[in-house]
Amino acid sequence: MSLPLTGGAGTSRTPSPRLTRLRRRLTPYVFVAPTLAGLALFLVYPLVSAVYFSFTRFNLIQAPEWVGLDNWRFLFEDDNVVRAAKNTLWLVVVMVPARMLGALLTALLLNQVKRARGVYRTLFYLPALAPPVAATLAFVLLLKPGTGPVNTALSALGVADPPLWFNDPAWAKPSLVVLAMWGIGDLMMIFIAALLDVPVELHEAAALDGAGSWQRFRYVTLPSISPVLAFAAITGIIGTLQYFTQAAVAASVASGQVTGGGGISDTFGYPEGSTFTYPLWLYVVGFRYHVLGYANVLAVVLFVVSMTATVLLLRRFKEFTR
Amino acid sequence: MTRRNVLLFVARHAVAIALSVMFLAPVVFLGLTSFMTSDQTLTSQLWPTSWHPENYAEAFAKAPLLRYLLNTLLYAALATGFMLLASVPAAYGLAKLRWRGRSVTMVAIVCMMMLPPQVTTVPLYLFWADAGLTGSLWPLILPMLAGDAFSIFLLRQFLVTIPDEYLDAARVDGAGEWRTLLKVVLPMARPGIAAAAMFQFFYAWNDYYGPLLYTSENEQNWTVSLGLAGFRSMHHVEWHLVSAATMLTMIPVVVLFFFAQKAFVQGVTLTGVKG
Repeated sequence: MSLPLTGGAGTSRTPSPRLTRLRRRLTPYVFVAPTLAGLALFLVYPLVSAVYFSFTRFNLIQAPEWVGLDNWRFLFEDDNVVRAAKNTLWLVVVMVPARMLGALLTALLLNQVKRARGVYRTLFYLPALAPPVAATLAFVLLLKPGTGPVNTALSALGVADPPLWFNDPAWAKPSLVVLAMWGIGDLMMIFIAALLDVPVELHEAAALDGAGSWQRFRYVTLPSISPVLAFAAITGIIGTLQYFTQAAVAASVASGQVTGGGGISDTFGYPEGSTFTYPLWLYVVGFRYHVLGYANVLAVVLFVVSMTATVLLLRRFKEFTR
Repeated sequence: MTRRNVLLFVARHAVAIALSVMFLAPVVFLGLTSFMTSDQTLTSQLWPTSWHPENYAEAFAKAPLLRYLLNTLLYAALATGFMLLASVPAAYGLAKLRWRGRSVTMVAIVCMMMLPPQVTTVPLYLFWADAGLTGSLWPLILPMLAGDAFSIFLLRQFLVTIPDEYLDAARVDGAGEWRTLLKVVLPMARPGIAAAAMFQFFYAWNDYYGPLLYTSENEQNWTVSLGLAGFRSMHHVEWHLVSAATMLTMIPVVVLFFFAQKAFVQGVTLTGVKG
């Protein structure tokens, strides 16, 4: 850093130290200015207005009209929101642990395999990249009750009444879990990297002390990778709270109904509302029924729930914001 | 190898091969179905009795797939380009520069990254309706000019790992922050940028909720995901055509993955945590 020795402003071509310092202090803001503007416009503004709109009644034509707590009171009389929230909760409780367990087991397996590890890894990972709509279509076809290959195989194995999968209210959500298990590749990759970071010396020391492979997993591997597991659990929960595409598409395709326009909403939740998730209900209220005030009540509730998970994440991983 | 090791080797590979088959089977089955006749898709046969590559041409004839593909490409390419323009400098500012409000901004970015898109849907829809842009894909493309929270997060995690000494050396040589970013940081951050770009491209390519929200009333601007979801119900077409169209949306993803596998794997593990 060289300070200009000639102090007189205007006489020298080098800018004054004060100006240089000011420029240096302002430069970072130039780098992040578009992002700060984006956070204001696409995060703060919509959040604040969602809260305001939740106390109003309006649709795409009528302007918002203040109705106080009416929309919030309706939340407690709305049977659909209870059903949708239950479905989403079911998915959070079953799908997130199932995916984590599957990804952890495949990661452990691949860490043991030396030969052809790269080939296996690619094969296991690729389905995670499949477009969700395409993957859902493939699984509806695969799990077709009558003549689908899975049920054909089950019949051949002697299963008398194979499940109707996406066409049975009791089996539709488990079918979505099967679909989600197909895409565990991204999680598996994260776990593989975490397992490689476990210090080899720890394993060796434990082995010398006579620890078996389960004990080494329980007392060496698991504690070492627990931050990665926590991160995966929290992001998994937040991801599942948004679960929309697969549920919407599976219901639409499995129902086999002919629906025109973009109007697949007639089939949302098929069969019998079993795949009707919370975000689907929010979408239907807002963009099919155009009850925008109440849609914002649902949005604020979703925000509070997902924020709780995010706060946990930020507390646990302070280094993100250091 | 001892007897025990041989057994373990065989057992592990047996499980790995069985899993490989399970992961591959859905796509293989979809591919086979895409070559069947309409009648054969209604049977439980797995292998096409006769091969019909013309199903692919018919899928294009039944629905404006080419238009959907072009719309999707436009959305994905512009979103990715815009995202990089804004996110790379932002990530640099967050990773390597000191300024007041930095940690608050980082918290806000993590919040935005974790925010379910449905939360802000109604206010943002009204915003874009006022701007006269609903019915098009612009409400999904233009915000990328402000950067994308997930990409900024990923890039920042990557840039933090670049030692400060390189930057200090450039600064001592009299380079300003922009020059330092362009000449020193960018070349070193290429793998991170490649990963962020690919994630963004795939996100847009696979996106269903966004296009459904903004373009469902205007079929002119549908993307492949939207077209594919409506394909069967709209035209009541048979499974062989649905399979062909589905294969078509998967192929670009797989091709792109094989070209940039390394950057991708690095990107995935980078977002998995650590600090």
